[in-house]
Amino acid sequence: MGSDTSRARAESSKVRRVLVVGGGLAGLMTVVRLCEAGVPVDLVSLVPVKRSHSVCAQGGINASVNTKGEGDSPQVHLEETAYGGDFLANQPPVKGMCDAAPGIIYMLDRMGVPFNRTPEGLLDFRRFGGSLFHRTAFAGATTGQQLLYALDEQVRRWETVDVENERGERVAGEKMVRKYESWDFLSLVIDDEGICRGIVAQDLKTMSIRAFRGEAVCLATGGPGIVFGRSTNSVINTGTAASAAYQQGACYANGEFVQVHPTAIPGADKLRLISESVRGEGGRVWVPRDPREQRPGRDVPESAREYFLEEKYPGYGNLVPRDIASRELFRKCFHDKRGVYNTKRGANENEVYLDVTHLPQELLRKKLAGVLEIYEKFAGEDPYTNPMRVFPAVHYSMGGLWVDYEKSANGSLVMGSPRNQATNIPGLYAAGEVEYQYHGANRLGANSLLSCLWGGMVAGPAIAAYRNNVRRSSWDIPASVFEKAERRASGEFDAILGMDGDENAYALHQELAETMLVDCTIERHNAALDRVLEKVEEVAERTARIGVTDSAKGKTNQGAQYVRHVKNMVVLARVIAQGARNRDESRGAHFKPDFPQRNDADWQRTTLAFHQPAGSGVRESVRYERSFDYSLLGTSMHVTDEVDVSLVKPRARKYETAGAASAAAKVTPASAAPTGKS
Amino acid sequence: MQKTVKLRIKRQDGPNQPSYWEDFAIAWQPHMNVVAALMEIQKHPVTSDGKKVAPVVWECVCLEEVCGSCTMIINGKVRQSCSAMIDRIAPNGQTITLAPMTKFPVIRDLMVDRSKMFETLKRVHAWIDLDGSHELGPGPRQSQEDQETAYSLSRCMTCGCCLEACPQVNSSSSFIGPASISLVRFYNLHPSGSMHSDERLDAIMGDGGIEDCGKAQNCVEACPKEIPLVDSISEIGRDTTGRMLFGWLLK
Repeated sequence: MGSDTSRARAESSKVRRVLVVGGGLAGLMTVVRLCEAGVPVDLVSLVPVKRSHSVCAQGGINASVNTKGEGDSPQVHLEETAYGGDFLANQPPVKGMCDAAPGIIYMLDRMGVPFNRTPEGLLDFRRFGGSLFHRTAFAGATTGQQLLYALDEQVRRWETVDVENERGERVAGEKMVRKYESWDFLSLVIDDEGICRGIVAQDLKTMSIRAFRGEAVCLATGGPGIVFGRSTNSVINTGTAASAAYQQGACYANGEFVQVHPTAIPGADKLRLISESVRGEGGRVWVPRDPREQRPGRDVPESAREYFLEEKYPGYGNLVPRDIASRELFRKCFHDKRGVYNTKRGANENEVYLDVTHLPQELLRKKLAGVLEIYEKFAGEDPYTNPMRVFPAVHYSMGGLWVDYEKSANGSLVMGSPRNQATNIPGLYAAGEVEYQYHGANRLGANSLLSCLWGGMVAGPAIAAYRNNVRRSSWDIPASVFEKAERRASGEFDAILGMDGDENAYALHQELAETMLVDCTIERHNAALDRVLEKVEEVAERTARIGVTDSAKGKTNQGAQYVRHVKNMVVLARVIAQGARNRDESRGAHFKPDFPQRNDADWQRTTLAFHQPAGSGVRESVRYERSFDYSLLGTSMHVTDEVDVSLVKPRARKYETAGAASAAAKVTPASAAPTGKS
Repeated sequence: MQKTVKLRIKRQDGPNQPSYWEDFAIAWQPHMNVVAALMEIQKHPVTSDGKKVAPVVWECVCLEEVCGSCTMIINGKVRQSCSAMIDRIAPNGQTITLAPMTKFPVIRDLMVDRSKMFETLKRVHAWIDLDGSHELGPGPRQSQEDQETAYSLSRCMTCGCCLEACPQVNSSSSFIGPASISLVRFYNLHPSGSMHSDERLDAIMGDGGIEDCGKAQNCVEACPKEIPLVDSISEIGRDTTGRMLFGWLLK
């Protein structure tokens, strides 16, 4: 293979670029790795890459560097990640990630990320949920922003580097990275053989639509949190690209697993995250013992406070994993009506206290200023002297596009295998929150930045291997294939511009989102999920009657663009809700009070969802498979829904007991501070 | 009576088109900010005198003042619209004016094109010259004090507030503005970044470089992240002066 195409240029003497869609951490890391492998890239991003949602990550990034003498190791990190994820993740990719994590932190450090330091000038680490170890490196409380900027600058450097041909000569006018910022992904270009050869995208400044050729495509387009409306997500996280790829045949895995973060502040437009690092540094969650407590939080004496997480989970206290903490907060407010009492309304709010007022100001300023500033600006109260008031909010999707991996002899990944991060559509790869691979049923805090970077590190060499071995270059595919895809996309957009119904796309989305939020998040009941699914169908029908609010042509038109995103969100909502309806058990973030136990016999398996388009009298639906085959570089791969748990044997989660999550490794740090009073 | 939020918005249908003002009245909600008010206009794009119009175009992403997207001029002051809380900027229901930034080309309504700021980052070599992303062991040690300085500089969102506030950034000047000069300081402070400090200093010594700073000090006032921009400019100013005077000795 590969003999009929040279590495730098195709027969048609065009540079053989790879397309990376999405400029958050995962996309940027993929770009860096591709460039280092000598592969030029076109980077297509919905927003200027420096404004991607990765900026919102606050608390930090995990790596078992073990600088605190606690006996931490990548093996413990793997165990705690598998355990925290309730044993739904395939473990070989997780092992690869945990083993690589210390090297990833060092790389970021070398890139100039201003991580907090110890007095010796070493990297400092703090605690995060689901672990007793100090494993989380951090740059104040704006770690994601700092990481994104470092990667952004590295990619900018590659924008200045010339492409070289196989003889080491510069190719005139060609740079290693070309950026297309403010472009919206519309669809994949798939040829007659079913191979992905490029994408169609829309320039949001002019609304012009064009196809891009690519030797492979990597989607790094983030999660679908906006399906739930107000959440901790950025407004761009509609999942539109993942939904479009799914509708073109990509498998979507574990869609029903959606993480709700326990601590966010309410807002009219967004529920802003208050990082888990606040608890990692000693912040404590409580409600007044008296449900009619009149005094403001700071005046409530210690004896009149109920530290309910510490009381129920003495082993991990305020740092139980997010799924558990969110359920406890929800129960306190919704079922027990014990949320903070509002004297004006004469009712209990859906809010609990998150308190850092007992911690030294100096510590707060150095380690948490970024997040406390958000509270101060948006809630209008000083968190240094008043306990913050918080409530859970939709935060992260564990599910996403299904991707493959090749397992190595030691149970990890074969680096450079073209199977790694490959979707079931040949030539289409995925990395970051858009894919499902690393977090099982519940993600541990500070593992998402890690999985984004690791996903990109794995995807880069995998895509380079694919590109160097694919039989035909995208340049050898007839132009008609791309023209057809372009025409279809243009036709769809013109149809949107012509929509003159009575539904408003924004209001319709809000209606869908409210239903998803109320009945498809922390507690799920089958009767309610049936209603959600009915609502999804109702909204799907009503999208046909949308009236576009902006008919502007040839210039920025956000109203028309949003109609497309809403349509794609409806499709993902169906995948999420139907997956939740089907899975009659409780595992990680998926909790059904009527089926409170994890059921490994029936459900220790990956949900594999395929799009079933509407056909002769049949409505569009989701088709679930237990196995499927896909073809990669001429070889057929067989995939099943079985979960590879070969490295950490599944067991019931017991966060009541200190060290339960790391029991197999038989190490518990002596410094473990279960109550959070560290 | 239902409380309302009154907005007066400067609109422009496209690049190089004339601008005009339109008024909107929106139902007040708790915790409302300017972004939430603009989102209400999307749901019901009608002016306060009942005219159906295209919804107002603006940029926003994170809504928590870390991405820099939603910068605009609110009541005459440049800032992010996400952190502009209605109850604080118009406690008595006063009309709130929104206008696009003036130092960047308007794309439509409140949306402007800030790509020149990203281009400047290329010019000033705003990166570490990494040997590669492969494993090479720990990075250089750094004191807590240096880390704190570096962190305060690295929070720059490329939002454009400092350029908007700077009188030296205007249509007849090519001044690169305070943001990128501060990032030169950031990268020159890093132990391995400092190995290429001369390259960065040279890049800001030419046309539109640090010499164009008029020391108005508006930038530091306008910065939403309280980045010590004036300190950065004077520190880097000293370094460029040193390089100008003594650089030739080293050649």
